[in-house]
Amino acid sequence: MGNHNIVFVLLRRLHSPLIALVCVYAICILGFVLIPGVDDNGQPWHMDFFHAFYFVSFMGTTIGFGEIPYAFTGAQRMWATVSIYATVVVWLYGIGFLLTILQEPGFKQLLSQTSFRRSVKRIREPFYLICGYGDTGSKLVKALTESDITAIVIEIDAERVNTLELEDNRIFVPGLCADASIPDTLLMAGLKQRNCVGVVALTNDDAVNLRVAIASTLLNPGVRVIARAETRDAGDNIASFGTSQVINPFETFAGRLAMALHSPGTFLLHEWLTSVPHEKLTDPIFPPHGKWILCGYGRFGKAVYERMVAENLQVTIIEATPETTNAPDDVITGRGTEAITLQKAEIDKAVGIVAGTDDDANNLSILMTAGELNPDLFMVARQNSRSNDAIFAAADLDLIMRRGSIIAHKIFALMRTPLLAKFLDLAREQDEAWANLLISRIGGVIADNPPVTWEVSINIDDTPAIQNRLATGDDITINNIYQNPQNRELDLPCIPLLIRRRNTQFILLPDEHLLLEASDQILFCGRRKAQDMIKWLTNNPYVLNYIITGEEHPSGYLWRLFSRLNQKRIAKQEFK
Amino acid sequence: MNLEKVIFAFFIVLALTLNFGFFIGDIADPVHHNVYELFAAIVVSLIATILKFGDRTHIGAVLLATSLVADLQLIVAAIVWGIVEHVSQTGMTPHAMAAIVSLSGGAVLANVTSVILLVTETVMVRR
Repeated sequence: MGNHNIVFVLLRRLHSPLIALVCVYAICILGFVLIPGVDDNGQPWHMDFFHAFYFVSFMGTTIGFGEIPYAFTGAQRMWATVSIYATVVVWLYGIGFLLTILQEPGFKQLLSQTSFRRSVKRIREPFYLICGYGDTGSKLVKALTESDITAIVIEIDAERVNTLELEDNRIFVPGLCADASIPDTLLMAGLKQRNCVGVVALTNDDAVNLRVAIASTLLNPGVRVIARAETRDAGDNIASFGTSQVINPFETFAGRLAMALHSPGTFLLHEWLTSVPHEKLTDPIFPPHGKWILCGYGRFGKAVYERMVAENLQVTIIEATPETTNAPDDVITGRGTEAITLQKAEIDKAVGIVAGTDDDANNLSILMTAGELNPDLFMVARQNSRSNDAIFAAADLDLIMRRGSIIAHKIFALMRTPLLAKFLDLAREQDEAWANLLISRIGGVIADNPPVTWEVSINIDDTPAIQNRLATGDDITINNIYQNPQNRELDLPCIPLLIRRRNTQFILLPDEHLLLEASDQILFCGRRKAQDMIKWLTNNPYVLNYIITGEEHPSGYLWRLFSRLNQKRIAKQEFK
Repeated sequence: MNLEKVIFAFFIVLALTLNFGFFIGDIADPVHHNVYELFAAIVVSLIATILKFGDRTHIGAVLLATSLVADLQLIVAAIVWGIVEHVSQTGMTPHAMAAIVSLSGGAVLANVTSVILLVTETVMVRR
């Protein structure tokens, strides 16, 4: 796109009105100079250029001031009449032309691009580039800004860019209305800037996400790329050239739902650890086992069905168009919104129902009809659009799966703490009892707000106090890190979830007596207050010393000297 | 033949010739320097400048710069003329005339540069 200069573009477009203005002025001025006049003594007199320019200037813009310096002759008045019309017309032409240019969509776009580019260049802190500002994108941007992480948005739909501008974000989020699949757009959004740490491709077109991933990997090899892919083919394709993370919304979504049904504890753990700041904590759910009804057998329905069958649940499918969706033979044809279809699916014997069509109104209608037929049903709704939040909340359902927010939460967690993804993988392999125990432990440390997760790396830059102490050969247990610096008898409100040791070894829920090693990475979850405290004690050697030994060492030279003398004195007395 | 090039070259060369016509003669003698010629030189020079607006080539940028210099010199010369005739009570003096003409002489240099650039570009293109 090169380096557009707004002023030059404007001047080039204004060629003809400017030239017309110069010519008309020149002709009028020349006319006044050439036409003879009469001075106050009746002597012939010629207007000079200075007075002609003066007269034409005020005549063109105001038509006031009268005839100066002497009253005009008939010929001069005739010329003045011509000049008035000529200058007024040429001014109107010029100003009208200018206004037309300023109103042009192309020029407006140029203006917004210029201001966008300027605000991107002004960003100094690390930022994420978000392509696509739909349900997922907006949720993600909200979560990022709440945690003081800068984001830049590219979105092809102008209306959505407008909603971004109207959104009340804590940090200013520059948004550009452009096609993210064009590499120039990504470059304009600062892809090559050194502080661009990640690109998230969230558009609803797999081909666009693929192009974004390719462009980002090639143009800025160090950058983290997280891409959304709706089909497995596209997902494999994107993953094949080293994209950091590929997320399939249907799989993730169905996986979560299946997890909620078969292991509510693990599900709750996921919900809590991937929740975004200032959200309400999810309450635990207890889905029953038995016969389930699944309405809708699209991409989402298929993924849910696969998982449920794998869980040995008995599932009856209701689908409006079984032929086009390749539904199994025992499918019941119908939309599920009318009682007769639900009765055919033996709703009175079912324990739960999943309304999983891609139409929010239908989903609600299914559940309301089902609720009338069998009030004890466990009701799960799929919510497609964020704008329906209010009605879904009012419907009093047991579980609402919001597609946008599940994906946004997952990406947000990945961005903030890469170790969390590993932890959640490991957690999925544990049994339900393990998850419930951990849930109650986490519940014990946090208040009403969702837990915060963060990483602590043992190295000289992030945790100099720990690193230096380890280098001298002292033993530091994991518990030392989260003892309260104000009172070492107490622990900070946090739990170490996972340690990555020497990049390959993972220790899940480390024992509190575990000894730390250099270059360990520890994943914590807990309250934000604990995070700040841990930062303090891992950076400040005196605080760390108090935690480990229980003694407070003086920090200044003078006090250190005093205490040494004091110790010698005590030693002498003891010796005596 | 490109009409745009014809018009542009016409104005560039015309600016030089008019300016030169004004400049030539005894530097301090008002009789040798016609006020209409100065006026025409200013108008033509302004048009030449506007024609160069928005040309994003390197040579276009330099041409814009040289014609801006010529405009500046000529407009200052005109302002000096106006001040001498109407503001200071002395009327036209040889000293003031010399100042005006030397300013236009500077503009001639800028115009010559423009023409040289124009010729260079034409020779390079050879079409």
